[in-house]
Amino acid sequence: MLRNIRRALAVFSIIAVTALFLDFTGTVHAWLGWMAKIQFLPALLALNVGVIAALVVLTLLFGRLYCSVICPLGIMQDGFAWFGKKAKRNRYRYSPAKNVLRYSMLGVMVVAIVLGIGSLVALLAPYSAYGRIAGSFLSPLWMWGNNLLAKWAEHRGSYDFYTVDVWLKGWVTLIVAGITLVALAVLAWRNGRTYCNTICPVGTVLGFLSRFSLFKIVIDTSRCNGCGLCARNCKSACIDSKAHAVDYSRCVACMDCVGKCHQDAISFRLAKFRKEKTPAPAPDPSRRNFVAAAAGVAGAMALKAEEKVVDGGLAVIEEKKIPLRRTRIVPPGARGLRHLSSHCTACQLCVSVCPNEVLRPSTDLLTLMQPESSYERGYCRPECTRCSDVCPAGAILPIDRADKSSIQIGHAVWIRENCVVLTDGVSCGNCARHCSVGAIRMVKSDPSNPGSPRIPVVNEERCIGCGACENLCPARPFSAIYVEGHETHRII
Amino acid sequence: MKQNISRRDFLRRLGLGTAALTGAALVGCDSKKNPVTGEPTVALGEIPTDQMTYRTNPKTGEKVSLLGYGCMRWPTLGGGSARDGADEIDQQMVNRLVDTAIAHGVNYFDTSPAYCKGLSERATGIALSRHPRDSYFVATKLSNFAQSTWSREASMAMYRNSFKELQVDHIDYMLLHAVGMGGGMDEFEKRYIDNGMLDFLVAEREAGRIGNLGFSYHGDVKVFDYLLSQHDKYKWDFVQIQLNWVDWKHAKEVNPRNTDAEYLYGELASRGIPAIIMEPLLGGRLSKVPDHIVERLKEAEPQRSVASWAFRYAGTHPDVLTVLSGMTYMEHLEDNLRSFCPLKPLTAEEMEFLYATADLMMEYPTIPCNDCKYCMPCPYGLDIPAILLHYNKCVNEGNVPETSEGEEYRRARQAFLVGYDRSVPKLRQASHCIGCNQCAPHCPQQIDIPRQLRRIDRFVEKLKQNPA
Repeated sequence: MLRNIRRALAVFSIIAVTALFLDFTGTVHAWLGWMAKIQFLPALLALNVGVIAALVVLTLLFGRLYCSVICPLGIMQDGFAWFGKKAKRNRYRYSPAKNVLRYSMLGVMVVAIVLGIGSLVALLAPYSAYGRIAGSFLSPLWMWGNNLLAKWAEHRGSYDFYTVDVWLKGWVTLIVAGITLVALAVLAWRNGRTYCNTICPVGTVLGFLSRFSLFKIVIDTSRCNGCGLCARNCKSACIDSKAHAVDYSRCVACMDCVGKCHQDAISFRLAKFRKEKTPAPAPDPSRRNFVAAAAGVAGAMALKAEEKVVDGGLAVIEEKKIPLRRTRIVPPGARGLRHLSSHCTACQLCVSVCPNEVLRPSTDLLTLMQPESSYERGYCRPECTRCSDVCPAGAILPIDRADKSSIQIGHAVWIRENCVVLTDGVSCGNCARHCSVGAIRMVKSDPSNPGSPRIPVVNEERCIGCGACENLCPARPFSAIYVEGHETHRII
Repeated sequence: MKQNISRRDFLRRLGLGTAALTGAALVGCDSKKNPVTGEPTVALGEIPTDQMTYRTNPKTGEKVSLLGYGCMRWPTLGGGSARDGADEIDQQMVNRLVDTAIAHGVNYFDTSPAYCKGLSERATGIALSRHPRDSYFVATKLSNFAQSTWSREASMAMYRNSFKELQVDHIDYMLLHAVGMGGGMDEFEKRYIDNGMLDFLVAEREAGRIGNLGFSYHGDVKVFDYLLSQHDKYKWDFVQIQLNWVDWKHAKEVNPRNTDAEYLYGELASRGIPAIIMEPLLGGRLSKVPDHIVERLKEAEPQRSVASWAFRYAGTHPDVLTVLSGMTYMEHLEDNLRSFCPLKPLTAEEMEFLYATADLMMEYPTIPCNDCKYCMPCPYGLDIPAILLHYNKCVNEGNVPETSEGEEYRRARQAFLVGYDRSVPKLRQASHCIGCNQCAPHCPQQIDIPRQLRRIDRFVEKLKQNPA
């Protein structure tokens, strides 16, 4: 019974969180956006006291229920483990806790957060790891499915489905997600929750708390016949059946053992406070090396941006290239580079929901996989605040449309050599025409000649860095006007 | 009552109705009309061959059919119109069209040395020469398409060549082609006055090689007014103008260079000069009208085609000599014959109804693009006709929302934006138009393409920024 409740909740959670990463229309977030906001690490970085307090209380009451029914990465591993159990029953066995490894990983995490090394935080955060997997592998499938429906809708003259571009947002993120997926699949298949009890810093923190939880798995020694069936079905490897002891720091309250025991010796109930006996640590080299797990295969899953079909009567359009930006651009609401990199767990939720193809994961070592903006595929449109709506970690703070129009995230820079007014000798002004804040004006290229071609000039004080000018500039592959990011965003 | 009949079907029924009516009215008429057989596919009702409405030329007294054949869109072997493609003219089909037209009483054929890439006169001449010379009137023009033809020698050559191509020794109706276009008064003088060609044509009329002399007018109204002020000198026998139920009062809104037909027609009528009507369908735009306009017209006359309103409208004006229609397909010809064999003039109420409809239509004006692709390729990669046609389609389907709220707005917005991305790849959409204006000079409809693209872009921007 308890097990089925746990499984039902887990299935709901993983579907809900996955839906957040798949939905590109923005409708699911209104209903399920909270699923991302109750994730431990994002809530911690967002200083979301209410959520953290609730999760702490939950853990102090019921143990690491969070790991079983809220954390999508944990639930995903349970999924793989379930298949593993089908292949071979009773496959687990007790092993002592790897406390040195656990606490050093936690230490690394704390240091990374304090020093603001976003890339390390991103690598270790469990929810974000799941987000990258869902965003990299499930989202393209979802979108291709949608595109099939869109084709069908077009055929029927319906406007209910529209085609979306599936494009590779970043190699590094794809590879990291692929490695994570394969490594976790292998580990979970073979040994259940190894990752959660060795690497995951959230697991370690909650494990520390869950030792003191009110409700626990308790073995009734008067009934136990020492068959060890519970231990062989414990994916956390935390039941020492011989000693009748449970390592509560690793137990994720999955309730699997409760049902397995033929003697009804195991139950989940209010525990008496007693001194815990920690089993002596014995090194077990056979089962870790998770970091080294090779998984390059996943990288082969090539995601290619959809090519445009070019007809005979149409001029060929060269693809835009990303200009060299001295300072990277991060979306409005992020307040600046430092705020973003110290709060972001690189879950890719913002990247998944960006409808303008602006956000993509960074490839910079220190901010690896954290979002950054570029405008060769689209620009940061005035009506859109999606990334700020969805960010669970407070890295991109909520803003409204009015805020957005006054947040300066960068400024446009004109490159004389690329401007078609001078290279092609045509009149243009497309940048000025599309500037939403009127920061670009067209002026005489030769002040003494009133008839001379008009070139754009940028009023840096007014420019908000939305990138409409860069995106709509006819110069290709490099635009004649591009946006330089600002380290700290300003309200103008 | 919902009537789901195809256009063709109901044209047939319509013809049948008219046929039956006239058959009953003409006692003793030896009618070749099919009786109603009861089989809907056969019950087409042949178009009467003896019911064409004629108008009388006040000078010569000759009877001109109210439907005139415009020869600028002869069919090609490829199945299109020779105006659009490089395809060869389908002479066999031209002959059939001309035969059918003449058999049903059409006797006015209007061509020009410029039409169909310069091949219309020959094709028309071949088809007409198979009929007795007194069974048709032929109209051609001293065209002004290229400055190289403006010298007296080149003009004479063009004039003489028309006789040869048309295989005739006299031309019934001779026109100065499209005066007022391009450079207005200045261009007119260079083209027709300075080289003495107008005086020459007047002399040719006296010599009998030209039956009637007139001009076709587009654009600058100063030229029109000037030529009419010289009526005493030149004695215009007719003038060709653009007239239809939208241009009557809204010509300026359709094309800022044009002048309301109400004025043009009034000026001619007050001088007793017969008018020949071109663009009665406004380049097809009055047959492809927005859905709500179709509904309105059908509600008033469920059994009449949308196009028939336009032809009846043009023909109802009493001082109109003939209404030209450039018919590429037999279906066009048959459809029009049914409107004019005989003409059932519009009542005053019906005229008012059309004017009210025009007012309504002007609230949602479409862009007069007919997808000829002369503007392409745009050097910056835009798909200009696709953008304009998508916009027109949305206007016609009522997907250009006015307000910015409510369920209707949400639906129309979705249809416009989703359809836009489907019809035009994002990189070829209006937002990428830089306004270099390399396209506009090629547009035969004189659409200010950059301006229209900008307008559409602003509209799209408005839709995007205002989700319901």
